[in-house]
Amino acid sequence: MKRFLLVTPGSAVSRRDFVRASLVIGGGLMVSVYGCGPNGEEPVVTPTGGALEPNAFVRIDTSGSVVVTSKHLEMGQGTYTGLATLIAEELDADWKTVTVEGAGADDAKYGNTTLGGLQGTGGSSAIANSWTQHRTAGATARAMLIAAAAAQWKLPVSELTTEPGVVVHAATNRRAPYGTLVTAAATMRVPTDVPLKDPKNFRYIGKEKGVTPRVDAQAKVNGSATFTQDVKLPGMLTALVAHAPRFGATVRTFDAVRAKAVPGVVDVVQIPTGVAVLGQHFWAAKLGRDALTVEWDESTAYTLGTPEIMAQFRDAALTPGRGVRNDGNADAAIASAAKTVEAIYEFPYLAHASMEPLNCVVDLKADTAAVYNANQFPTTDRAAVAKIFGFAPEKVIMHTVMSGGSFGRRANPKSDYVVEAATIAKAIAGKAPVKLVWTREDDTAAGYFRPAMLHRMRGGLDASGAPVAWWQRVVGQSMMEGTMFASPDGADASVFEGASDHPYAMPNVFLDVHYEKVGVPVQWWRSVGHTHTAFAVEMFVDEMAKAAGRDPVEFRRTMLVKDPRRLAVLNLAAEMAGWGSPLPAGRARGIAVHKSFDTYVAEVAEVSLVNGAPRVHRVTCAVDCGIVVNPDIVRSQMEGAIAFGLGAALYGRIDIEQGRVVSTNFDRYRVLRQREMPQVDVHIMPSTEKPTGVGEPGTPPIGPAVANALLALTGKPTRVLPFV
Amino acid sequence: MASITVNGEARDVAADPSTPLLWVLRDVIGLTGTKFGCGIAQCGACTVHLDGVPVRSCTTPLSAVGARTVTTIEGLSADSTHAVQQAWVEAQVPQCGYCQSGQIMSAVALLDRTASPTDAEIDTAMQGNICRCGTYQRIRAAIHRAAEMKRANA
Repeated sequence: MKRFLLVTPGSAVSRRDFVRASLVIGGGLMVSVYGCGPNGEEPVVTPTGGALEPNAFVRIDTSGSVVVTSKHLEMGQGTYTGLATLIAEELDADWKTVTVEGAGADDAKYGNTTLGGLQGTGGSSAIANSWTQHRTAGATARAMLIAAAAAQWKLPVSELTTEPGVVVHAATNRRAPYGTLVTAAATMRVPTDVPLKDPKNFRYIGKEKGVTPRVDAQAKVNGSATFTQDVKLPGMLTALVAHAPRFGATVRTFDAVRAKAVPGVVDVVQIPTGVAVLGQHFWAAKLGRDALTVEWDESTAYTLGTPEIMAQFRDAALTPGRGVRNDGNADAAIASAAKTVEAIYEFPYLAHASMEPLNCVVDLKADTAAVYNANQFPTTDRAAVAKIFGFAPEKVIMHTVMSGGSFGRRANPKSDYVVEAATIAKAIAGKAPVKLVWTREDDTAAGYFRPAMLHRMRGGLDASGAPVAWWQRVVGQSMMEGTMFASPDGADASVFEGASDHPYAMPNVFLDVHYEKVGVPVQWWRSVGHTHTAFAVEMFVDEMAKAAGRDPVEFRRTMLVKDPRRLAVLNLAAEMAGWGSPLPAGRARGIAVHKSFDTYVAEVAEVSLVNGAPRVHRVTCAVDCGIVVNPDIVRSQMEGAIAFGLGAALYGRIDIEQGRVVSTNFDRYRVLRQREMPQVDVHIMPSTEKPTGVGEPGTPPIGPAVANALLALTGKPTRVLPFV
Repeated sequence: MASITVNGEARDVAADPSTPLLWVLRDVIGLTGTKFGCGIAQCGACTVHLDGVPVRSCTTPLSAVGARTVTTIEGLSADSTHAVQQAWVEAQVPQCGYCQSGQIMSAVALLDRTASPTDAEIDTAMQGNICRCGTYQRIRAAIHRAAEMKRANA
């Protein structure tokens, strides 16, 4: 990873200029400008004399360095490495020469096909939507290098092959490193019908740890990786904002006299979301904000707390909602069932709580602006900033840096914190670049939580213990309402995804939904609706299995005969966990299986109780994500997603009192720590299916797997999360 | 003007004595490897060493540093070759990486006082460092590996 160098303070620079300047300063290299059309059909022009850049994703310079431009945000999930692997594979690059930089904002070049062409990182879609596109990008560059060598050696293209970073003519033992060919290759016509490798010839895709190590690992062990928090522009001021204590409140008046008296405080300005204190550095701004007096107008504030919200949901669960699925007649089947099961599951608000609290740097000039940020939705954020400044979107240059986590939070559909940074820059008329920094408390209190939810469940079994009816009512806030993903009729499939389409075969299935109005902002959180639907479905299946007197794995198998991939991960996880084999006294296993983002994951948790609280000793995970690009990253994502979901299930709960978030830091919003991390063993299903995502799908099954282990251990179901 | 020693270099810093060492390092000296995560010594992202002892720099005022020498992630090695850094790369620990400077500084301090820590000792020493990406299993493995590397070089 290249160190993020900050140059040209005096004027707004384009991303390309910026990169060029960085490289010149960093390594004395020159880079080319983009010279090709979006489809690569035009000859490449390289006025700086040297680099081959056949498309928007790869650039090779005369030193042989391969620079991959990532259209997806690296927030820990390994996307820089995965995308670069696709290109390096088909380019036949030497992995040691590959670096990755974040793309700017451009839907036409960097759109995500799973998001309708919007440039965005989310929905575990990076590899899935880039699989063919990036391999083609690499293969195209390779074909041009081979063509250049063929012209130079006056040999037919068909006689040439490549080894990592080198074009080879085996018969005459001639070898040309890529760097020596790029100048000539850049004059070639960009081919459009380049064949891709036969998977049996893959050097990188699917290979084990050490072959394509993470491109960002080195910079992340020596402190040199640059996050938004680390961006420093000449003359930059740090801004902290006093926000309203309750959702929906506004500033009535404020007194900045004491704040302005703090040494290092430069300015205090009112903005739509509060009062911003600008300091020469963080601590000055912090002391300034502490010294500020703000009177809030709470006439429009939301004043309910989590107990009242859950009571509202419980009331709603008693009345019919909007119909989603209705196979057969679940009510009648339950009325005549030999045995019935009922449950209500309640889920709390959850914060993303990324390690890097939200922040954004905005440098406003007379008629342009630059934003330095880790954007999951760069074009959306750019449009929001451009609107505030009254600029055309192209006048706002987005510089993408590393993200210290996110888990969905930096994909805010309203660009909340980015907009706040821009309004501060506007309020000081761009007299200095502004770095907005939210403290941990600011970050958590801003909301945009995984919504609190309630699932009411009813099920029926016949006399043989076979399931005959499933009835489910989902109650909670829509995440999509008011966003670019909202549907005109208000329906929001993300509220019931993973439940309405649950795979368990039975003749009568009913699901309806209530979209509740609540004044707490909500947003997608690692695995979106699956965070609660997987729990409701998988816990209820175990409750039904218990009522039927059946083994939970065997009970699921009978209902999954038409879902072979799901059945296969269920069986693999059960087998690898030793399902059914004896355990030490006081320990039990629980299993859950769930599909999200087209990836199938089954997890078996081995659990005991220590002082009344669950202790998870071991988790066995089986995953089917189609073709695997990087098995070690798949494992790391499963390990991490299990830790993330386990922490939430054990401890995660945002408490709101009278419209005010009270659990705003890690002392009151407990997350998983080292001691609570179980041994996680990940087993990857071999597959030739197209690749699907791995960032999120490991999260949904862990909560219900633990709950089902507790059910086996204690006989008691878990009806309210978190466990502790 | 206070004078402190950071990574072996004497530094004169113009900052209020109440300023947390974290912000002196990041905003005054310009060493940004040490991270801000919570501000209340709950997450460990800001961990640095004072005379080899791990401290939370977000709650350590500049005035408390005195003559003790400060070591940050940047001072661990010139070329990322400290055993813990090498083990971290070998085990492919980092995901987002934001907490890892703090994790590594805590791990280095642990290995400096306990050459061959058990899992339980690792858990205790690392309990104050949060990783939201959930790299804990690899951290445990990397600490064992770094201990092995240090023993081999001893």
